[in-house]
Amino acid sequence: MTQPGRFVSAPGLLFAALGLGALLAPFMTISANRIVEGQGVKVWSLAGAGETLVGIVAVTVGLALGVPRVWPRLRLGGAILGLAGLLWLLMQGAPALLDGAGEYARVSPAIGFWCLFTVLMLLMADALADLTPGPFARAGLLTAVLSALALVLWSGALADLSVLQEFASRKNGFLDAALRHLGLAFGSLAAAAVIGFPLGVLCHGRADLRGMTLPVLSFLQTIPSLAMFGLMIPIFSWVGETVPGAQAIGIAGIGFAPAFVALVLYSLLPVVGNTVAGLASAPPAAIEAARGMGMTPGQRLVRVELPLGLPIILTGVRIVLVQNIGLAVIAGLIGGGGFGTFVFQGLNQTATDLILLGALPTVVLALVAAIVMDILVDLVRPTPETTP
Amino acid sequence: MIEIDRITKTYNGVRAVDSVTMTVETGTITVIVGTSGSGKTTLLRMINRLEEPSSGEVRINGESTLAVKPHILRRRIGYAIQGHGLFPHHTVARNIAAVPELLNWSADKIRARVDELLTLFSMEPATFRDRYPAALSGGQQQRVGVARALASRPDLLLMDEPFGALDPVIRTRAQEDLRRIQQQLGSTIMLVTHDMEEAMRLGDRVAVMDAGRLVQHGTPAEIITRPATDFVASMVGEVERPLRLLSLVPVSDLVEAGTAEGEALQVGASLRDALSACLWTGRSAVPVEQDGRRVGRVTFDAIRARARVHP
Repeated sequence: MTQPGRFVSAPGLLFAALGLGALLAPFMTISANRIVEGQGVKVWSLAGAGETLVGIVAVTVGLALGVPRVWPRLRLGGAILGLAGLLWLLMQGAPALLDGAGEYARVSPAIGFWCLFTVLMLLMADALADLTPGPFARAGLLTAVLSALALVLWSGALADLSVLQEFASRKNGFLDAALRHLGLAFGSLAAAAVIGFPLGVLCHGRADLRGMTLPVLSFLQTIPSLAMFGLMIPIFSWVGETVPGAQAIGIAGIGFAPAFVALVLYSLLPVVGNTVAGLASAPPAAIEAARGMGMTPGQRLVRVELPLGLPIILTGVRIVLVQNIGLAVIAGLIGGGGFGTFVFQGLNQTATDLILLGALPTVVLALVAAIVMDILVDLVRPTPETTP
Repeated sequence: MIEIDRITKTYNGVRAVDSVTMTVETGTITVIVGTSGSGKTTLLRMINRLEEPSSGEVRINGESTLAVKPHILRRRIGYAIQGHGLFPHHTVARNIAAVPELLNWSADKIRARVDELLTLFSMEPATFRDRYPAALSGGQQQRVGVARALASRPDLLLMDEPFGALDPVIRTRAQEDLRRIQQQLGSTIMLVTHDMEEAMRLGDRVAVMDAGRLVQHGTPAEIITRPATDFVASMVGEVERPLRLLSLVPVSDLVEAGTAEGEALQVGASLRDALSACLWTGRSAVPVEQDGRRVGRVTFDAIRARARVHP
């Protein structure tokens, strides 16, 4: 009578199974200091029975709420409840495990936590996809999530975790690294836009220029990122040594300048390519009509080609922004600063939590950038998607 | 008056349009008809200089089109194409306002003109003004495309297969609408088509193109009864010839005193309609009506005699 799967969400079922499995894996680790390997602790032995039970129940109920198919809001609620349960378990587990474990002891979330966290985030994304919120609703949601994250971090509820202890000992450096990272990602985007948009517009009009430019930019894109940053070192040290005044403004083989230029080079292909594709996306009949009614090439560009191509052009900007936030980590390798500094220090010291201190903010930044750009792309769509 | 004077277009030594000369009177529809590759579209596009002529010139009301910059020239010439070419990101009102905006008309004047044109094309302005093209039917999109081409009251309207993308039923209505609006506005229109039926229905004059040359330019009746070449004759079609001729003559030309049985025809109907009615119902005469009153009849014999007489 009823089809199987009509009331049950297949992804929800999968998430529940994976989540319950992950509950059996070690939830946190405790180690004697920040470098040695830690010992896994199962979720039920984190703290007192009463405290852990509350968290386990919240996670389990959250996963269960994700199973019914019909109400996406309920599944969203389940995801939020589950995440709250995870937070609760971390808050209870960290002080309890540290109690009497020694002065240098560190606690960190372990594989079980990360699996559950991933599963619950996927559940949330799946429920949101069913709800199809508009651009403004998504912006509101993003603000709410970021506020909650800020509140949790600011309140000190997780201050006992190892990664936040690494943060506490590098507070000033962290802010510098964040600003430098944003400067690298957004600065290189701005530079690429200033070069790439006009170049894209020129390429749109002239097939010969397009035939030369795009292959060169594609070639740049294929250079592996480590090699690209490495290649910048000899070039920039030569520039710094031979061009008068170059060193005075900070141009040298290592540092901000070579990292910045490498990022700009990577950004050019998406910017130019998507500008060309966007401008070419206007219907040929509309272009013919625009010519026939007496629009000059400039008027055609501004009134027809640009507005119709804007979503594709902004998609190029989105690609660049997300790509550069990630790639800017490698700047840390050649003294360019940013979150990469922590990642490479952490690698040298085999201090996993220091690596995380660099990696986690990078991931959050990239995600936020992607979501914000998607909202912008939706807002600049030239025609309403629904037809009456 | 549009004077086309020995205009020629050469592509890599091949003459796509070969020294075409013709004159188009103000307030008439001239249909350029030909097979694909006959140069008819190139001829049309040389008039608003979307293609530059290799030699020869076009004069509009005595002024050479080469005397002004192409984009200035095009703002004075309406242009409607197959598949309408509406801007998908602009509302119907902004689409129609495109050329007046280029000419810097005042906002009030533009708004009044948009509403006037929508009304002329039987589209309620309040309903359609703020819609996007994607929310219109094919016939409505085509009407907005023609309204846009007429918006600045151009000296001349060029139409390149404007009804090519429409299905047959909507196409017939669009052709009738164009005829009505052209008579109301007194516009000068040059229209390109490959469809002889459309040329006969719309054209005051028909120009037949073959391999880049203008082979005949005359009234539809002349094209049918005195084709200049075998090509023209084959375009008209030997079988369709008498029917095409009858479709050009109104019933009023042959109406005579007397009565007849059965359903009446309106006085504006063509002899082809009258013939069809005779054949379908087996009558030898059909009554003719004007303003709801019977004014006489048309006989089968009279129709047959008229089809024999080639003027």
